[in-house]
Amino acid sequence: MGVSVAPSSTTTTGSAAQRAPVRARRLGHRLRRGLLYFMLYGGAAVFLIPLIWMFLTAIKTLQETYAFPPTLLPHVAQWQNFKTAWTTYDFTLYTYHTLFITVTSMVGVIATSSLCAYGFARLHFWGRDVLFLCVIASVMLPFTVTVLPLYIIFRDLGWLNTFKPLIIPAWFGGGAFNIFLLRQFFQTIPRDLDESARIDGCSTFGIFWRILLPLAKPALAVVAIFWFQASWTDFLGPVIYLNSTDQYTLALGVYQFAADASNIAVHHEELLMCVAFAMVLPVALVFLAAQRYMIRGVVLSGIKG
Amino acid sequence: MASPAGARRRALLRNVEGWLFVSPVALGLLCWTLIPFVTAFYFSFTKYDLLSPPVFRGIRNYSHLVNDPLFWQGVKVTLTFTAMFLPLSIVCGLALALLLNQKVRGIALLRTAFYIPSIVPIVATTVLWIWILNPQIGLLNDALKALHLPTGLWLTDPASALPSLVLIGLWAVGGGMIVFLAGLQGVPEEYYEAAKIDGASTIAQFRHVTLPLISPTLFYQIILGLIVSMQYFTQAFILGGANSNAGGLGEPLNSTLFLTLYIYQVAFNYTQMGYACAMSVVLFAMILLLTLILFGTQRFWVFYGDR
Repeated sequence: MGVSVAPSSTTTTGSAAQRAPVRARRLGHRLRRGLLYFMLYGGAAVFLIPLIWMFLTAIKTLQETYAFPPTLLPHVAQWQNFKTAWTTYDFTLYTYHTLFITVTSMVGVIATSSLCAYGFARLHFWGRDVLFLCVIASVMLPFTVTVLPLYIIFRDLGWLNTFKPLIIPAWFGGGAFNIFLLRQFFQTIPRDLDESARIDGCSTFGIFWRILLPLAKPALAVVAIFWFQASWTDFLGPVIYLNSTDQYTLALGVYQFAADASNIAVHHEELLMCVAFAMVLPVALVFLAAQRYMIRGVVLSGIKG
Repeated sequence: MASPAGARRRALLRNVEGWLFVSPVALGLLCWTLIPFVTAFYFSFTKYDLLSPPVFRGIRNYSHLVNDPLFWQGVKVTLTFTAMFLPLSIVCGLALALLLNQKVRGIALLRTAFYIPSIVPIVATTVLWIWILNPQIGLLNDALKALHLPTGLWLTDPASALPSLVLIGLWAVGGGMIVFLAGLQGVPEEYYEAAKIDGASTIAQFRHVTLPLISPTLFYQIILGLIVSMQYFTQAFILGGANSNAGGLGEPLNSTLFLTLYIYQVAFNYTQMGYACAMSVVLFAMILLLTLILFGTQRFWVFYGDR
């Protein structure tokens, strides 16, 4: 709104002279609205077509994927493609691994980021603001400069080819973004609540645990959803720290599927799209279910990790 | 009343308590950020093959890097990509947000449609686009043929591989859009009313009301976008492994050999950790320099109101 404003009004007198610009203005307004709708709905279609194409490819036969002109809908929907693709590799195992990593790291993220955020939002202690600044600045440190030494550290700890490098660091504060988001949220909760709880004999941890944490449930949900998406789709971590196929996550499984498929003469694009679609589906469903929370999270923090 | 000793004890207790609460992130910063950061510098002055202990060799890694054509190729690809992708993603994200900030029917649906591609896992995005951009049987060339437009070789041609990756990246522009949208909705409606009364045109309103008020968001997005695109890795890595038409990391003809990709290759395929660390230190210095330059420009155009 506000942005589409009519051209500045003319000050001519006389009814005929007045009506013409009004009509022209109305026409101009209609044209502009029409263009806006065209751009928005056309653009939305362009953005969605690749995803729809992914799904349509997934349920076609191999021959149909090669056809020109391409068939829009498959002649007969090939639902068994999903089963074939899923069992070509052990995708059930990969899903289990991905789920395991996502859940165990998410618990750590929620527990430790809320603790830290509470400390930064409510407690006064020596060095607090400097440390908080360091946390925020760590967002800007490129991972490329820490990833190689981290690989060596994890190797020396004997963590390579285990899920530990993907889980344990998440238990150390859960990332600057989450701490920042929760700190912002805690600051919106009136301090009077803390004060009266303290007068009632509540300890510092008690205030956090009994007063603030229950009130922060919406913000914790935001953290959980963002983390789910980041962890579920993570490729960089698994590709560096995991290298045997029996430890693969979904992202690595799909990658391996694509790499192997591209090395044989007949490309089974339909099967590749099946596994890719299966990976997209949970993320899309969680997003659709939790949209409102996520948008609120972005508004709350002004940033997105 | 409180004795000085009692006050000191309480202050000490308060400090201990505070640090206990933030200890996870303090330890995390130390173990997973600071120590690796410092060791990266140390390794960059050594020869380290991961098997025998690192051997100090002074600045030899750095002098080697100056004469390594692949390193320069990596720098060129990284900077070219950033120069193309960063402005485009900011402009498209902001433009989309401006369009979606209007009163139109079905706005929630539209926002969802534009946002959804940005949450698709990168692996899925990349294999999907390799398929769509397939020169022989891909959807894009099929559509262009049907419209009697010239087709392209996309990811398989050294000239168009990088722009194709920019295209793939722009598909996920919804992530930036949603942040801009949040920024736009923070602009008070009265400011537009006042501007309208002063007879400000749409463009003048954008220039003098919208832009200054969302400039902190814009600045933040540019900084973050710079850091992300300078470290672009995953899509190019998957492309190298999963696109048989191009074949191999950085192909075709090293046109997608991002610096991060070359660092990965040197570190894990050639196991020259020292040399790889030297290159990552240089990449860090490049990002730091560009970030500082951006911070330097901020006083000319970023507006921090008193709100």
